[in-house]
Amino acid sequence: MSKKTLIVVGNGMVGHHFLEQFCASPAAADFEIIVFGEEKQLAYDRVHLSEYFGGSSHADLAMGTLEWYTEQGIQLHLNEQVTGINREHRTLETPRGGYRYDELVLATGSYPFVPPIKGNDRPHCLVYRTLDDLDTIRASSEGARTGVVVGGGLLGLEAANALKSLGLEAHVVEFAPRLMPVQLDADGGALLRHKIEELGVQVHTEKATTAITEGEDARLRMNFSDESFLETDLIVFSAGIRPQDALARASGLEIGERGGIVIDNHCTTSDPHVHAIGECALWEQKIFGLVAPGYTMARTLSSALNGDRDTAFTGADMSTKLKLLGVDVGSIGDAHAQTPGARNIRFNDEQAGHYRRMVISEDGKTLLGAILVGDNSHYDTLLQYALNGITLPENPETLILPESQGGAPALGPDALPETASICSCHNVTKGDICRAIDAGCSDLGSVKSETKASTGCGGCTALLKNVVDSELEKRGVEVSKDLCEHFPYSRQELFHLVKVNGIRTFRTLISQHGKGHGCDICKPAVASILAICWNEHILATDHVPLQDTNDTFMANMQKNGTYSIVPRIPGGEITPDKLIVLGEVAKEYDLYTKITGGQRVDLFGATLSQLPEIWEKLIAAGFETGHAYGKSLRTVKSCVGNTWCRYGVQDSVDMAIRLEDRYKGLRAPHKVKMAVSGCTRECAEAQSKDFGVIATENGWNLYVCGNGGMRPRHADLFATDLSDEELIRTIDRVVMFYVRTADRLQRTSVWMESLEGGLEYLKEVVLEDSLGIGAELEEHMEGIVGTYQCEWKTAVEDPEKRKRFREFVNAPSQADPVQEWTVERGQRRPVLESA
Amino acid sequence: MKPRTRWEAVCTVDDLVPESGIAVWTEDGPVAVFYLPHRLPALFAISHSDPFSGANVLARGITGDLKGEPVVASPLYKQHFSLRTGVCLEDDTVRVKTYPVLLDGNQIRLEVRANQRESIAA
Ligand SMILES: Cc1cc2nc3c(=O)[nH]c(=O)nc-3n(C[C@H](O)[C@H](O)[C@H](O)COP(=O)(O)OP(=O)(O)OC[C@H]3O[C@@H](n4cnc5c(N)ncnc54)[C@H](O)[C@@H]3O)c2cc1C
Ligand code: HEM
Ligand code: SF4
Ligand code: SF4
Ligand code: FES
Repeated sequence: MSKKTLIVVGNGMVGHHFLEQFCASPAAADFEIIVFGEEKQLAYDRVHLSEYFGGSSHADLAMGTLEWYTEQGIQLHLNEQVTGINREHRTLETPRGGYRYDELVLATGSYPFVPPIKGNDRPHCLVYRTLDDLDTIRASSEGARTGVVVGGGLLGLEAANALKSLGLEAHVVEFAPRLMPVQLDADGGALLRHKIEELGVQVHTEKATTAITEGEDARLRMNFSDESFLETDLIVFSAGIRPQDALARASGLEIGERGGIVIDNHCTTSDPHVHAIGECALWEQKIFGLVAPGYTMARTLSSALNGDRDTAFTGADMSTKLKLLGVDVGSIGDAHAQTPGARNIRFNDEQAGHYRRMVISEDGKTLLGAILVGDNSHYDTLLQYALNGITLPENPETLILPESQGGAPALGPDALPETASICSCHNVTKGDICRAIDAGCSDLGSVKSETKASTGCGGCTALLKNVVDSELEKRGVEVSKDLCEHFPYSRQELFHLVKVNGIRTFRTLISQHGKGHGCDICKPAVASILAICWNEHILATDHVPLQDTNDTFMANMQKNGTYSIVPRIPGGEITPDKLIVLGEVAKEYDLYTKITGGQRVDLFGATLSQLPEIWEKLIAAGFETGHAYGKSLRTVKSCVGNTWCRYGVQDSVDMAIRLEDRYKGLRAPHKVKMAVSGCTRECAEAQSKDFGVIATENGWNLYVCGNGGMRPRHADLFATDLSDEELIRTIDRVVMFYVRTADRLQRTSVWMESLEGGLEYLKEVVLEDSLGIGAELEEHMEGIVGTYQCEWKTAVEDPEKRKRFREFVNAPSQADPVQEWTVERGQRRPVLESA
Repeated sequence: MKPRTRWEAVCTVDDLVPESGIAVWTEDGPVAVFYLPHRLPALFAISHSDPFSGANVLARGITGDLKGEPVVASPLYKQHFSLRTGVCLEDDTVRVKTYPVLLDGNQIRLEVRANQRESIAA
């Protein structure tokens, strides 16, 4: 059966979300997918468009990557506007050609409404919707002094803020008597106006512009119906949006009276093969100008195309919570009390600049709507009451009174029903979160990556954290980020304190930033941080008492108090002579000998006092410590590579040895493992490592953040076809960023998942250097590589350090009486407990 | 015959490691001696034997304080033992022996035979 063709018109937020949903569904296999986007750029986060003026690039705002589109086999046509649809032949055309479809999805969004005012097409009359618009505004602001935004709604105020950030004197001209007429009432609007004027934005309400003419003191003059005028250098129209339904209209699809492509509950238009989602769609006479309802439509349509007729679009909550020019504004449900019988409770603190209004049902039992200005801290609680119909307390006013006046504390996450929607962008309920936790998510980061909650507009972040914390607590999981009772900081925060203040000892750190004397949690964590920052010998006097016994004695303690010794065998390559030395030493001290999974040899059963003697012999034979005891690089496993293997395309052993020699000894929040395979057959199982390298014809592919163990995780492809130098530089950066920012005992996989933005964010930081710290990370790594010392070599050469290895300081010849031995399969092993 | 006690010299100040422990061999077997210079008293001595593993390892644990109580964490299974009373914080039915310890000039001395607290508690 040949595949059918699905075409999506519009590569905006909702179109992209639809593709994500659909490509992950079974039906994707039946379709060839083609996408047309009129804008030059790949779909980006329009909600955070204003951050473009704050320094974010398109890459920062992008919602997906070209690689993702390629991987999904999607044909992506950017900068190509669809100009016509022929529904009879099921074709559409663009300036570049004609295309056939079986199913068509319109996700064309909306366009800014520019009021029909004479002169509105003059130069420097602009709109605020796309990245290109923002580029134009920026260009126009060159040499300008003032800017006016026409429209005092949500977007208009955001645009005013943008003008301010460009250094212009900003004005807002609003036709209605108050700001944000849709969301706010008179008192709320007045307070918002007051606050915004305080910030230096001039607000002009009840002004109808009649014409725009040439200015005298500035580029333009706006003439108002009351004969007054305002001069300005540029104008941004933000007087509302209109659904982009031109294509649909021209092709004869049913269109609403005031615009919008009419859809049913499954997002299908009047033509069963044409569907519409997002801001261009009209459902029950309503347009939804927010992203969350668009996402719900996208999911609904994806289900419908998979034959699921039960999932339906049933409208959406239009509540909003924003910070406009730094002022909190919230509007929930029926904010204007239009429900018959609705009653109001208002709280207005002009002193503090807080306004809150609750709209409650006639019987006083349920919350219908609310308005908040100046302080959004009540928003989450009120929204949950409204959305879930939770019965209000007896004195509902306590919900908006300050706590000092008998106000009720916020609705605890416990009080929310399972069905409570926590993240409306991704339609995640409290029940979904509980299930994710029960399935093994043990922190906020993993819940986020599992459910996608809080990865949309971000409005639900605080609520999500509360729910996750409370559910984890219920399950007995400690959620405080504090390292332990001695330090009220996370590992990352301590790292900064140490680095920024140049702190070199535990004692200084705890006396300045902690309390008490420390414990077995904070001491090793701080030791690791100090090692990363200053790289002094771990047995330097100040550091000795901080280490776990394995680090103190640079060997791994076994159940009977003896130690195992693991010399480094970089890349698993060893000469026969060295192998013989290992055998001889093991024989001399009767050490149980085993090959590890890390391609090296583990010698068990050495007593404390034997360790330095044994190491003297190993060092003389050219061995170095293997750091099997440390939270640091373990081994770099490798296959034999192209020097022997007939399939190999690169020398994997050589690269493994280079990597192992480079990163050996580096202290990290947890152990770090690497592997290198010589070709795509992947004999070294590199994809199960923190850093996996697989040879290609052209260089190396790098995979990051995998692990084996209790919860195995495949590493993610991070970069392809790297040269030797690029590979090392990239690993340098990721390792250093990990070491600096991860939590105590957080392996790379969990760390990556907990980063806001996950893998994509990590790529931006490392590959695109979005934080501008690339060079610093490399330099830091270079410094550590340059100061490497074999800890064992330094220790055996220093009599003071060797003193530490006395089993009993007053009885050198005394053997430990509990260490009893037996022989099994020709080797010595401890006697198991007799009890 | 009443058990006789005596203050046994076990090591010198130079053998001690600040903020950490060392092991000494006594008539009563292996004992861990801890030196916490930032506390008063600064010297503690408890049995070196970890009751959970039977291994002689407690001197090699990390020291610290939990809610003000001076402790050492077993290096094997990480339980905490009070350096004052020997009681295990995770399981108060388990305790290790404690020994009175004093500094005599440069000598560290332990009272190794009598262990009054243990006999009272038992
Ligand atoms: C400054 C700003 C701030 C916002 N803040 C918020 C907020 O805080 N919360 C919130 O929920 N929402 C906010 N929004 C609204 C939100 O961005 C939209 O709801 C969302 O982008 C709608 O997605 P969409 O895919 O329907 O439309 P769009 O993202 O506009 O995408 C439609 C795409 O289709 C393309 N297109 C149109 N016609 C054609 C054609 N014929 N051929 C090819 N391509 C075509 C367009 O060029 C566009 O790229 C904000 C919007 C702006 C501008
Ligand atoms: C909490 C979990 C773990 C603990 C406490 C732990 C502990 C240890 C210790 C102590 C050693 C050194 C052995 C010795 O010489 O005494 C070791 C080695 C090793 N472990 Fe683990 N381990 C853990 C999880 C894992 C996981 C998840 C894997 C693999 C998927 C793994 C694979 C290995 C390998 C391959 C070696 C030998 C490495 C070498 O040559 O240095 N371990 N582990
Ligand atoms: S990964 Fe490739 S090069 Fe390495 S051993 Fe396997 S087949 Fe050979
Ligand atoms: S798998 Fe378990 S038993 Fe085996 S080495 Fe690892 S921790 Fe020990
Ligand atoms: S509500 Fe937007 S990200 Fe959760």
